[in-house]
Amino acid sequence: MSPFFTLLARDIKLAARSGGSAFLALSFFALVATLVPLGVGADLRLLARVGGGVLWVGAVLAALLSLDRLFQGDFEDGSLDLISLSPLPMELTALAKMLAHWLSTGAALTLLSPLLALLFNLPPAATLTLFLSLLLGTPAVSAVGAIGASLTLSLKRGGLILPLIILPLLSPAVIFGAGAVSLTLDRLASGGALGLLAAFSAGAVLLSPFAAAASVRLNLGG
Amino acid sequence: MNFDLGPYGMYIWPSYAISAAGLIGITLWTVIGWYKAKAALAKLEQK
Amino acid sequence: MIWLFRYANPHNFMRLSNVLLPITAVATALCLGVGLYLGFTAPPDYQQGRTVLIMFIHVPAVTVAELAYGAIVVCSLLSIVWRHPLSDIAGRAAAPLGAMFTVLGMITGALWGRPMWGTFWAWDPRLTSFLLLLFLYIGYMALWNAIEDEVRAARAAAMLALVGAVNIPIIKFSVEWWSSLHQGESIVSGKLAPVFLAPLLIMMLGYALLFASLWMLRIRTVILERRARTLMQRSAA
Repeated sequence: MSPFFTLLARDIKLAARSGGSAFLALSFFALVATLVPLGVGADLRLLARVGGGVLWVGAVLAALLSLDRLFQGDFEDGSLDLISLSPLPMELTALAKMLAHWLSTGAALTLLSPLLALLFNLPPAATLTLFLSLLLGTPAVSAVGAIGASLTLSLKRGGLILPLIILPLLSPAVIFGAGAVSLTLDRLASGGALGLLAAFSAGAVLLSPFAAAASVRLNLGG
Repeated sequence: MNFDLGPYGMYIWPSYAISAAGLIGITLWTVIGWYKAKAALAKLEQK
Repeated sequence: MIWLFRYANPHNFMRLSNVLLPITAVATALCLGVGLYLGFTAPPDYQQGRTVLIMFIHVPAVTVAELAYGAIVVCSLLSIVWRHPLSDIAGRAAAPLGAMFTVLGMITGALWGRPMWGTFWAWDPRLTSFLLLLFLYIGYMALWNAIEDEVRAARAAAMLALVGAVNIPIIKFSVEWWSSLHQGESIVSGKLAPVFLAPLLIMMLGYALLFASLWMLRIRTVILERRARTLMQRSAA
């Protein structure tokens, strides 16, 4: 298991640096939360209605920002070749990278979300639901994102195509996540929505290491 | 054939016009592409 | 399964399509002609009036758009699992066709929606899923175009199509769930009178035959383009 944790630690360290993805994701998330009210007006009731959806979309986009570098950096300097030769199976490599990505983006965004929920005048119950939904749903973003990243790792400007490929695939997460917040706002039970979201994430996290590994191999093998 | 399309004719005609344009367009694109490829190959095979 | 591979050979495909293409082309023209005639000579619908005419070009477009993606998924499966040589070409060739049918489906759907339900666009489950399908097509084509190495591009695009395929039922389910949540518009789907069923089915067949004809022609074109490229490489060597 040691190579797994070594890779995990190393990727997290890279992401947490000052120019790294964690900072970028958090800043972008905060900026979206600032720009949308500027765009739609400061009607607090309106903002409370749309806050769940806006923050969910903002979180997904923020997590997306650093995805294109997930495999690309190592691919470009040859490290990915070396990693593929190590005893660690490529599936676990992909899983380690996904986990590192989630810890440095999704998890961080989840922790920031209650603060940003304030900007949208979300009541406490909805804020809690938002927090839970992001906690449950952002792993799916990292997982599905890893598939997209592995497919585009050989592209110089793959970052442009990555959102195009994976955002449609992530629509269930946005639907269930923001839907849960919506239900809470209507004083309805959100457990079902959160459950569906959890199932989606679980499925994504379980299956995408295999898809991502296959894509990496195909890019390495040429 | 009854061509009086009633009050909604202004939705029906554009639907058909756009569909025709789209389908004819993509058919032409496909067919022209085929003839271009045939011509290019014939030229190369002559050499 | 073996017969599929007999036509994996480009040469054999050319021979097969040489025979099939004229047949499907003529059948297409026949179906579209007959379908349109029957459609326009039918009396106005009790509920929809003459706008039922739009249904004859909307439903076929939508059906073929989804069929085309299904075809791409099958080709992707053949490409990745069995390395069927023509399936890469076939998948790529089907995409722009499917995308065009998707766009036509959406436009006719909007034009049908306005007189029917008062709005050009409604976030109802079917339309929303359909919009996402359009994005799946665009992503697939973009990936093909972005990766330079054709072998890699083929495998990557195939992978993407398969991931998309797995996701489609999930997307459909989530969109339906979402729609019931927000009590969005539900499309009134009544029973279709038999006088409309015939032109509808014939038009659907016509659209499908059109897709099949164009698809075969596209594949033939790419085969010729590859031959030309091989010749050029040989003469350069």
